[in-house]
Amino acid sequence: MVGGMAHAATIQVGTSYPVKSIKQALEKAADGDTIRVHGGTYREGNIAIHKSVALMGVDNPVIDGEKEHEQFSVFVPYVTINGFTVIASGKSSIRDIAAIKVYDTHHATIENNILDDNFFGIYIQSSKQCTIRNNKLTAYGETEQLTGNGIHSWKSDSLYIAGNTIVGHRDGVYLEFVTHTEVRDNQALDNRRYGLHFMFSHQNGYYHNTFSRNGAGVAVMYTKQVRMENNTFSENWGDAAYGLLLKDITDSHIEHNVFSRNTTGILMEGSNRVQIQRNQFEGNGWALKMQSSCMDNELTQNNFVQNTFDLATNGSLKLNRFIRNYWDKYEGYDLNKDREGDVPYRPVSLFSMVVEKYPMAMLLFRSFMVTLLDRTERVVPSLIPEDLKDDAPMMKPVAL
Amino acid sequence: MNKIIKYVIADLLRSRAILVYAVVLFVLAGSVFSIEDNADKGVVSLLNIILFVVPLVSIIFSTVYLYNSAEFIELLVSQPLKRKTIWLSIFTGLAGTMALAFLIGVGIPIVLYSFTPSGMILLLCGTILSVVFVSVAMWAAVRIRDKAKGIGLSILLWLYFALLFDALVLFILFQFSDYPIENGMIAVSMLNPIDISRILILLQVDLSAMMGYTGAIFRNFFGTGWGMAITALVLLLWVAVPAWFSTRFFERRDL
Amino acid sequence: MITIQHISKRFGKLQVLNDVSLTLEGGQCIALIGPNGSGKTTLIKTILGMVVPQSGTLLFKGNPIGRQWEYRRDIGYMPQIGRYPENMTIGQVLDMMQDIRKVPEAALDRELFEVFELHTMLDKRMGTLSGGTRQKVSACLAFMFRPEVLILDEPTAGLDPVATELLKDKILAERNKEKLIVITSHVLSDLDELVTEVVYMQEGRPLFHKSLDALKEETGTDKLGKAIAKVMTNEEPTKGVSV
Repeated sequence: MVGGMAHAATIQVGTSYPVKSIKQALEKAADGDTIRVHGGTYREGNIAIHKSVALMGVDNPVIDGEKEHEQFSVFVPYVTINGFTVIASGKSSIRDIAAIKVYDTHHATIENNILDDNFFGIYIQSSKQCTIRNNKLTAYGETEQLTGNGIHSWKSDSLYIAGNTIVGHRDGVYLEFVTHTEVRDNQALDNRRYGLHFMFSHQNGYYHNTFSRNGAGVAVMYTKQVRMENNTFSENWGDAAYGLLLKDITDSHIEHNVFSRNTTGILMEGSNRVQIQRNQFEGNGWALKMQSSCMDNELTQNNFVQNTFDLATNGSLKLNRFIRNYWDKYEGYDLNKDREGDVPYRPVSLFSMVVEKYPMAMLLFRSFMVTLLDRTERVVPSLIPEDLKDDAPMMKPVAL
Repeated sequence: MNKIIKYVIADLLRSRAILVYAVVLFVLAGSVFSIEDNADKGVVSLLNIILFVVPLVSIIFSTVYLYNSAEFIELLVSQPLKRKTIWLSIFTGLAGTMALAFLIGVGIPIVLYSFTPSGMILLLCGTILSVVFVSVAMWAAVRIRDKAKGIGLSILLWLYFALLFDALVLFILFQFSDYPIENGMIAVSMLNPIDISRILILLQVDLSAMMGYTGAIFRNFFGTGWGMAITALVLLLWVAVPAWFSTRFFERRDL
Repeated sequence: MITIQHISKRFGKLQVLNDVSLTLEGGQCIALIGPNGSGKTTLIKTILGMVVPQSGTLLFKGNPIGRQWEYRRDIGYMPQIGRYPENMTIGQVLDMMQDIRKVPEAALDRELFEVFELHTMLDKRMGTLSGGTRQKVSACLAFMFRPEVLILDEPTAGLDPVATELLKDKILAERNKEKLIVITSHVLSDLDELVTEVVYMQEGRPLFHKSLDALKEETGTDKLGKAIAKVMTNEEPTKGVSV
């Protein structure tokens, strides 16, 4: 360790080093310095970072908030927090206490940390150009109220959130008024409420994420120009659960995703001009529930396989387009061998409409009477919406 | 009592109808499982067949058998035997044979392809349904002297349990949808052993639609120890009550 | 042996048995005759406990039968139409009855079984048998357990002449063993050599109960058929009087 290089010093922290605490190190450090924190448990209350330093954990240093404090608070740009195990933040119903919170700044990098048993995990407030990568967040709150969000961001721009695993928080990833952000390769599992939750967060992209077994699935609301591609939404089960809830989403793309074994694959309300293409809907209770408030959406080249109901709606869905999807319940034929069925497929069954209105009718699910009614209705439609059909259903599943 | 059961079963097991029934079930179940790659899906496909065929065959075959055995029953009554013994022996023999035919026909494919909780519950429900509809047939046959009318009543009873009851349930649902009828509807479903079986099996195969709101209600009832105990009790009542009524009636009946 | 006291039975509006009182003693072979619908079969079924009368008592060896079933140990019954489970073999039917009666093998009366040569077809299923063969099985079963009372409902219907004669011989032999035998038959000529007493039923009550000899003497005929015909024409104006 050569001293004197004022602009890029490295400060070692640990029981076997002169500097025993992180706070001490921060006092000594100048902007641009690196602080290497060695293994051990550090109970220093709130560590406020007012200098642009890189905090590097070596051999898993544990930062214990003793169920009282916000462990790291970042107030300046160009701060890195890397390689820490941050545990036991305080909990509050008034303040949003987080393990690592970034306040009104830019270029914060938070990576390779393990966050365990915190209220909020990583909280980005009014900041830009931050990177949150490869962190592992776990919480154990019993109820929604006792748990904060895993990665929470508010009024921010151009974030990069990638490779994180978030388990047991209220929402896995929560974005409100966040723009131009990329969310990629994250795993949000077993969170109390939503795996992913965003509102008023325009022009964001979500790619290759997995959202599984979350309390209610994924909810996205009041947002324009969203891209959701190659994500997996699975096993979101429960009386009000869905893979993906779209509420007032416009001009967006949902492509190449897998919706598997959810109570409802996608629930759409008031959403317009959404392209739903090349998705796999498999083993869901309802692959798609589309409220009558949806317009100008296009569903094409999706596979609907082994869903109890393919589509349920409370209206006629006249202004939406279903074309060239594969429906495993299709019983038509293809005489001209163009791989598209010659008779239209009607994805809404009479029974699904009945259940939509009278949920208790599920009592009769798979009874002969219901089968009989559905068959009759398909041959002679009288109650199901006349125009709701796929005019060119695929004979074989679409290769995705 | 055992001796009559023994001979009734020996007689029934040699009946061509029973043999055909078991073979048809076996072929159906075998082909369903060999087509479906997923065992649970196979169970669901089989469910429809079983809920349709088992009650129908059980009730019709038993009714016809009882009418054809009228003279034999008379002969037994002229012997030093209690009427109750005779009637319950015939019931046990019939129920045992129908259950056995079902267990062989469907049980072997299930054990081979779908040795899962859902497969087991399907087997259990099918067996109970066999016995229940033999019991109902005993009642129908003892109440009505005329063979044609008796078989007619059996078909009507089957139609009622398989189809009309559900239409009635749907009607009640539409009429009372504004009221909190959830628990009431579960109680209503108890009035039909076919419906009980269907719900029990569907809850076992994890169908996502059953995970929804209504599924949660079913689960809250059928999933608990109490719910299961009540369900089991109700199914037993479905076996015992018609059998008991028919025995009572048979004891007083003029032959 | 069997005392019938004021038995009445109605099926709906139809009065099938109307205050019937009869005493049937051992050592007698009693012909129960009468037109169709006169209540013969119902009377037999009442004795066997298959039909429960609305009023009256039936004593078997002095004990009221009520809802008892044990007394039927002492009765052998041969029904008018013997139908058995189709897929049971003759052997199984015999075995089953033996199981029910719990009579040891040695105590069985296998005479009819031998003379009807049933042992050659023990493995035949009941469903494949002719009506006559089934009657033979029924007859065998009725006599097999050496009951004190034999009730035979149209025993010769469907039997070939040889079998009929064999059966008659058997009935005679049993009568001579002080047993009570009740026979109904339409073929009166068959009964001539067998019966000692005649009960004539009409409209639900016995018109008369007389010994065959007394009857023949009264009517001056030597055939049962003729005697009955004579009685009918004589008693027509005062019908309903029982003796």
